[in-house]
Amino acid sequence: MHRFWKRSILGMAAAGVMAWGAAAQDTIKIAYIDPLSGGGASIGEHGLKHFNYIADMVNAKGGVLGRKLEILPYDNKTNPQESLLQAQKAIDAGARILTQGNGSSVAAALSDFVAKHNERNPGKEVIYLNYAAVDPVLTNDKCNFWHFRWDANSDIKMEALTNFMKDRPAIKKIYLINQDYSFGQAVRSQAVTMLKAKRPDIQIVGDELHPLLRITDFAPYVAKIKASGADSVITGNWGQDMALLLKAAADAGLQVDWYTYYAGGAGGPTAIKQTGLSHRVFAIVEGHANVPHEAAQKTEADFRAKTGLGVWYPRVFNQMAMLVAAIEKAKSADPVKIGKALEGMEHATFTGGKGFMRADDHQFFQDMYIASFGPLEGGAKFDEEKTGWGWKTVGKIDTANTILPTTCKMQRPS
Amino acid sequence: MLELVIFSSLNGVLYGMLLFMLASGLTLIFSMMGVLNFAHASFYMLGAYFGFEISRRIGFWPGFVVAPLLVGAVGALVERYGLRQVHRHGHVAELLFTFGLAFVIEELVQMFWGKLPVDYRVPASLDFTAFTLFQTTYPAYRMFMLLVAVGMFVFLLAILTRTRVGLIIQAALTHPNTVAMLGHDVPRIFMMVFGVGSALAGLAGVIAGPALVTQPSMAALLGPILFVVVVVGGLGSLPGAFVASLLIGLIQTFAVAINLSLSDIFGPGGAALFGDLWQATVAQLAPVIPYLLLVLILIFRPTGLMGTRET
Repeated sequence: MHRFWKRSILGMAAAGVMAWGAAAQDTIKIAYIDPLSGGGASIGEHGLKHFNYIADMVNAKGGVLGRKLEILPYDNKTNPQESLLQAQKAIDAGARILTQGNGSSVAAALSDFVAKHNERNPGKEVIYLNYAAVDPVLTNDKCNFWHFRWDANSDIKMEALTNFMKDRPAIKKIYLINQDYSFGQAVRSQAVTMLKAKRPDIQIVGDELHPLLRITDFAPYVAKIKASGADSVITGNWGQDMALLLKAAADAGLQVDWYTYYAGGAGGPTAIKQTGLSHRVFAIVEGHANVPHEAAQKTEADFRAKTGLGVWYPRVFNQMAMLVAAIEKAKSADPVKIGKALEGMEHATFTGGKGFMRADDHQFFQDMYIASFGPLEGGAKFDEEKTGWGWKTVGKIDTANTILPTTCKMQRPS
Repeated sequence: MLELVIFSSLNGVLYGMLLFMLASGLTLIFSMMGVLNFAHASFYMLGAYFGFEISRRIGFWPGFVVAPLLVGAVGALVERYGLRQVHRHGHVAELLFTFGLAFVIEELVQMFWGKLPVDYRVPASLDFTAFTLFQTTYPAYRMFMLLVAVGMFVFLLAILTRTRVGLIIQAALTHPNTVAMLGHDVPRIFMMVFGVGSALAGLAGVIAGPALVTQPSMAALLGPILFVVVVVGGLGSLPGAFVASLLIGLIQTFAVAINLSLSDIFGPGGAALFGDLWQATVAQLAPVIPYLLLVLILIFRPTGLMGTRET
């Protein structure tokens, strides 16, 4: 009797696995591993909307190689350990393409995990597409073949920001406030080095690191910025840490210029409007809603109609379009082949520029914009969070001028 | 400098008073029932969400009154039909019950309101600048929070020390059996205290929701620090909770303002031995300081600042 039960259970399990294996053949599964709860949830949820929107678009046109794209969301709570559990779950569920963006600490863990997994499981490799984690180390000392990044890394962004600040003589005293982890520390040290080289006269009056996504009231920090007499603030904060910092600044009536990476995230625009700082909050981005490019404007309008929010991540469109192109070029969704097809691939970006995926380190290079936030003007169509204010380009850096050297020594699978 | 001191004090006192609104209920419940209520911060979260839901439909002010009452009712029900049943299995069971309850409430909140922060706004009638000092503005809503917290403290103190109910509660704290012998319904007192404690937490949630962020992780963010307050103040001591709340509020706020690190004081010599810790500023360590205080208090003064019994 025992044996009978054992056999039938094994039999059923095997049948289940086979049936499920057959189903897995039908779609190309992309695991989206990002915060869907906690302090990073507001941006994690919105990132997911981008992926679902694009997958729907691709599927409506018949998918890739006759197969549909399927996005599987996994909540990693912005926690590296949790991310690895979720990644394993995703792989067990049949996903061989992973994507993640929020938190370089997570990205570093994930990149490492993927490299090890692929070493141990030849023939079952997975590929990791990074759409937003910008710690430079991921495409330098810690680069690997399986990691591809579509956002400009932190050094590129800081280079562009400081070049812009160089020509603004009004800046005298700068305050740095960043999140206390690898990315925040990268922003802070690059800012100090680059400012010293480009504008030695600028005084750095504060250099703050605060816990990541745990602060709910930034009033004490804003009081400190105020007391320091700073006229400008540089911050790499994202998610809730950006929105709440701006909110506290608005409450205290802090009048400074903001040089940011992510002021456009959830809650940011509302808080900026509240501060009344018209065109004094800058963000370095690879595109924004009011870049006058016809196709992008059309997609923006459609995206807003369907999701109720603006396109925050033009890079996700670049990433997915290039993934589809790579699968078509390789005539296979096998991660090794996708990886090889992506290397060196050129791509007309979402906002109409020319970009390319550098084979040496798997960093994507593209036109970058410095945008400022204020009342809509000059035919700009899109505001943010129903504030009536929107982004305006105040500086553009062509792809060729964003290229920085890399220390990566890429090792490729044979 | 003066400006920083003034605003840090204001922010610190405000944060401290908010902590006290929660800690007062927690410490009362503990001293009476011997239960460290892990779900206490969850009632705070419920208050914020109830407040949000009511303010979205009717307005902020009805929510300000109704939401704490609702949370109080939920608290009383939890005591009557949950905790009291578990009570006979001893303190460990009660502890586990409240521990589980915290997770249940968090999941329920996520089911009803989602995982994203909700848009709980400061009411228009309080959305203006209270005063401007050194060109820094201070929002009226924060003053309102401060007033509510102070008002609540005075109210609670008056009830406990000036009324018959307070007398019975105080007696039940130390001699529950004697109070029961005298003909008072001690379980009902327990239920009331639990209800009122929850309502106070709910009130804190209603007023803190718009100023901070109303999201499902808000309970988990505030929970641990509450235990620090209760232990530092002395378990069961209301004045102790008050002092400890203010102390921790001020310490945390002022720590943020201090940029000193060990290497500033003793020179860069220790960096080899201590690594990054030597360079870390007090501001960076600010979130750890209350827990450090907790450990020190437990070692050197286990009764807490004003408590009478060992934790």
